[in-house]
Amino acid sequence: MAALAASNGDAKVLAGGQSLVPMLNFRVVDAPLFVDINGIEGLDLIEEKEDGGLRIGALTRHFALETSVSVRDRFPVLHEAMKHVAHLAIRNRGTIGGSLSHADPAAELPMMAVLLDAKIVAAGPDGEREIPAGDFFTAPLTTVLAPDEIVVAVDLPGLPAATGWGFEEFAQRRGDFAVAGVAALVTREGGTVTNTRIALMGLHDTPVRARSAEAAFGESGIEAAAVAARQDADPMNDLHGSADYRRHLAEALTRRVLTAALERAAQ
Amino acid sequence: MTAKISITVTVNGTAQAADVEPRLLLADFLRENLDLTGTHVGCEHGICGACTVLMNGDSVRSCLTFAVQADGAEVETVESLGSIDELGPLQQAFREKHALQCGFCTPGMLMTATDMLRKYPLETDDDIRDGLSGNICRCTGYQNIVAAVRSAADKRDGK
Repeated sequence: MAALAASNGDAKVLAGGQSLVPMLNFRVVDAPLFVDINGIEGLDLIEEKEDGGLRIGALTRHFALETSVSVRDRFPVLHEAMKHVAHLAIRNRGTIGGSLSHADPAAELPMMAVLLDAKIVAAGPDGEREIPAGDFFTAPLTTVLAPDEIVVAVDLPGLPAATGWGFEEFAQRRGDFAVAGVAALVTREGGTVTNTRIALMGLHDTPVRARSAEAAFGESGIEAAAVAARQDADPMNDLHGSADYRRHLAEALTRRVLTAALERAAQ
Repeated sequence: MTAKISITVTVNGTAQAADVEPRLLLADFLRENLDLTGTHVGCEHGICGACTVLMNGDSVRSCLTFAVQADGAEVETVESLGSIDELGPLQQAFREKHALQCGFCTPGMLMTATDMLRKYPLETDDDIRDGLSGNICRCTGYQNIVAAVRSAADKRDGK
């Protein structure tokens, strides 16, 4: 922390290095100082909380999340999403704190943080603060973190018991960057849907909740929500897919994840 | 010039001490400092998988890892799997199934498959394809690579 503060904002934090080092190798990032946080004790943990939630330390590797029984049992949607995160050698090194701080709008973990209403715990010279995931991401590869702050943990609040989930991602090949992805949580009590959350990745300049799709689902059901998800998306054209194609994916994937979530909530 | 940092890395069972620049990649440390040229460098940004080695038992991209980060670690490279006279079981499977043509991607394929065989049940060939999806072969040799890993997985499981 002192090293970061002393660098006047010029230093870069190195965790798993799976996004930062490629950028260095391409010479798109340079810095006079790199602070390797891998040696900090106590940041590599998955802790069960009494509310059914989890605290995940910032240095928890993707492979640990992928194979964690606590994650599988408490947040099956996250367990499913982890299967889509890159390749084994990347998952062995990449960390949740790094993925959130890197803030790729098409990455799984930032979108999961938004879906699961995560609280991101950041530490700086003045101590720790909690940032709701919905306020954390401000633009592609940009967050509200100050240059002398690092993510130390992610708190996932527990989900109501009767919550079903759905996760769908479209990528050219397994493990590649997603063209787009959608995830949903549907809570059903006594036959009535009481809560719906839908989150989008690769469909906006940050991961976002699909608010109009959520509202449309409550009022008119899956079809209306799928169509509304097109309006929630504000995608870019790039070589992996046009904006039009991504809007189509927003609709198609929203339909699939809501169908799956509703089925799972009924069980 | 940046001050050098003293590191000791155990590579294929032998402790190797060196003074290196902090910016030196593990891949270059292995190839240039230790002359272990079995580890190949393809894309240098984590896509192709040719530089994959094991660090403390986990497969990692040695082009995305700094040598100084391997200080105190155990690193295994393709040279640890066997020799020309005595191929390891996975190398033997690659030979039997003709799982290579030019061989450039092979060290990364072997080290990735080594990690996969330790960590995953690999019940279906789709699981193997998923596991190998981070390693690129430009000779279009995937079919035989999958067959070789299948053969090694079956041997592992006593089939």
